[in-house]
Amino acid sequence: MADFKHLIDTISNPTILFTSTIIIFFFIFPINDWFYKWNRRLKLYVLWSGKGMLIAAIIMAAFFMFGLSDPDFRSIVLKPDNVPISGLIFLVYFFTWLSMHQAYENDAKLERGESIDEQYDAPNDKVLVWPDLVYVEFIALILCSAFLMIWSISLQAPIEEPANPSEAPNPSKAPWYFLGLQEMLVYFDPWMAGVVLPSLIIVGLMAFPFIDNEPAGSGYYSFKNRKLSIALFMFGWLVLWNMLIVVGTFLRGPNWNFFGPFEYWDIHKLEALTNINLSEYIYIKWFSTGLPDSILAREIWGILLLAGYYLILPPLLAKTVCKKIYERLNPFVYSIFIVLILTALTLPIKMYLRWMFNLKYIIAIPEYFFNF
Amino acid sequence: MLDKFRGTQLYKSIFRGGGVPKSRRQRMMVVLNSVFLHLHPVRLPKHAVKLKFTWCMGGLSFFIFLILTISGILLMFYYRPTIEYAYNDIIDLAEQVPFGIMREVHRWGAHAMVITVWLHMFRVFMTGSYKPPREFNWAIGVVLLLLTLLLSFTGYLLPWDQLAIWAITVGSNMARATPFLGHEGPGAGLLAIGDINFITMGSDVRFALIGGRFMGEAALLRFYVLHCIGLPFIIMIFMAVHFWRIRKDGGISTPV
Repeated sequence: MADFKHLIDTISNPTILFTSTIIIFFFIFPINDWFYKWNRRLKLYVLWSGKGMLIAAIIMAAFFMFGLSDPDFRSIVLKPDNVPISGLIFLVYFFTWLSMHQAYENDAKLERGESIDEQYDAPNDKVLVWPDLVYVEFIALILCSAFLMIWSISLQAPIEEPANPSEAPNPSKAPWYFLGLQEMLVYFDPWMAGVVLPSLIIVGLMAFPFIDNEPAGSGYYSFKNRKLSIALFMFGWLVLWNMLIVVGTFLRGPNWNFFGPFEYWDIHKLEALTNINLSEYIYIKWFSTGLPDSILAREIWGILLLAGYYLILPPLLAKTVCKKIYERLNPFVYSIFIVLILTALTLPIKMYLRWMFNLKYIIAIPEYFFNF
Repeated sequence: MLDKFRGTQLYKSIFRGGGVPKSRRQRMMVVLNSVFLHLHPVRLPKHAVKLKFTWCMGGLSFFIFLILTISGILLMFYYRPTIEYAYNDIIDLAEQVPFGIMREVHRWGAHAMVITVWLHMFRVFMTGSYKPPREFNWAIGVVLLLLTLLLSFTGYLLPWDQLAIWAITVGSNMARATPFLGHEGPGAGLLAIGDINFITMGSDVRFALIGGRFMGEAALLRFYVLHCIGLPFIIMIFMAVHFWRIRKDGGISTPV
């Protein structure tokens, strides 16, 4: 048992967890035909069958049950404000399954030339709101009220000591739905993690229908013809949003250090701070000259790198990988799309630079609070 | 007896049309004649009533919003947003008020609403319902998601316990770093005339948010007003547009 717990602690380390998730992710939600071929070959679509759901649900439930026998696991999972997140894990899984299950079913039906459930022949296939919809709503309302009542009676809302501005708890955590942003603070400065990236998430969500703007594929669950948009959305929603929240909630302890789910939150856990900036790499490690006095001379490499990333990469991609997208969208929408994608990618890129090279900032101008 | 009552002037004055709706025409009239039900169309494609398709998440989000409004109004009777009273009022809510679970209903309801709104967005995405002609309504929905998070965030401070102020401290500290508008944000130094900075600790966006340099009385009051009046007011406007646009954009999405 101890070995098993140790194994879980080890593999939930962000480096391993994130790397394996990314690799597995693109086979489960294939982004192009190559991955899709492998998805079929490895029969990964079994995940979306009834049996796949049952097995995954049993494994997840068994893991939770087993975990609850461990005091460290229990103390973090049963913290009142974390209960909704445990629920969220199951709900997100269930609804991902439900939508993908129907998507694969519909795809298969369309492939066989059958009609899908949502196909309708107006006005013959219409039903009346009273009573057909009203009673569904009524039952949903009653169940929802009952559920909230039972939840409220059985679990007290959290209340801690009275506020004391001079005594910060360690760790201090934002409300759980913002923990993804707090987790990004590990890799980005607050102006990026707290302001720019959240704004871009909102802009990106709003821009989505203007990028994926073909009316075909709306009104029913489907996957085959919408691989790219579903994979992109899922990557943002499942990996960069929900997974970072889970990591931020369950796996980040005192001093925002990483702790496995079965690990004791030791306030004295030491984590060496060995991160250095790109300018220090270049001038101190490679040139051995020491940092130049001028800010521009010091940061020119990082600025060039970033300029290349945002100015040279988009046209290159338009000619190669994103050729089809570029041809479909007008240049203005394409540039918005590619800037959003590249910015989203800075998060995993910075994660790996941190893990592999201890790189802190690509551009570090603390004089003007500009660190990237 | 009931039938007799249905014949009275009183009953007829309240329920237009009258009688249990049995015929198709009467059933249509029920929806048309009710201010609440006529948010709905009269008839729907058959998959629109299937739980498997809709997950009911949009409706539940709205319903939980109503529960939160009602429980929130009840909480406002007991809660005073000052640092002397706020914490004690919260304790009293559980200990002195008979059957005092309103705070639980409100807090767990708030978490539930965040989750239902996410899942609603997820469902809309997976059925491709954001595609034209529904782009604008999807954008309104994104605003509603943001407002839901902000409502939950402002409410988080109100119990004025350690959990509350430090969570909000972490959150609002990020505002310090807002580009140009936060005093520790990139570009803030550019907004200056000579040596005089416009963006300082006492004039930046964080100051505007919490009404001071530190978490205190003013922050509590600001969050209280935003939570109880400001944001609900805004979210109701956006919800009205959201519901109206569902109808105008052709109701629930259907395959083309």
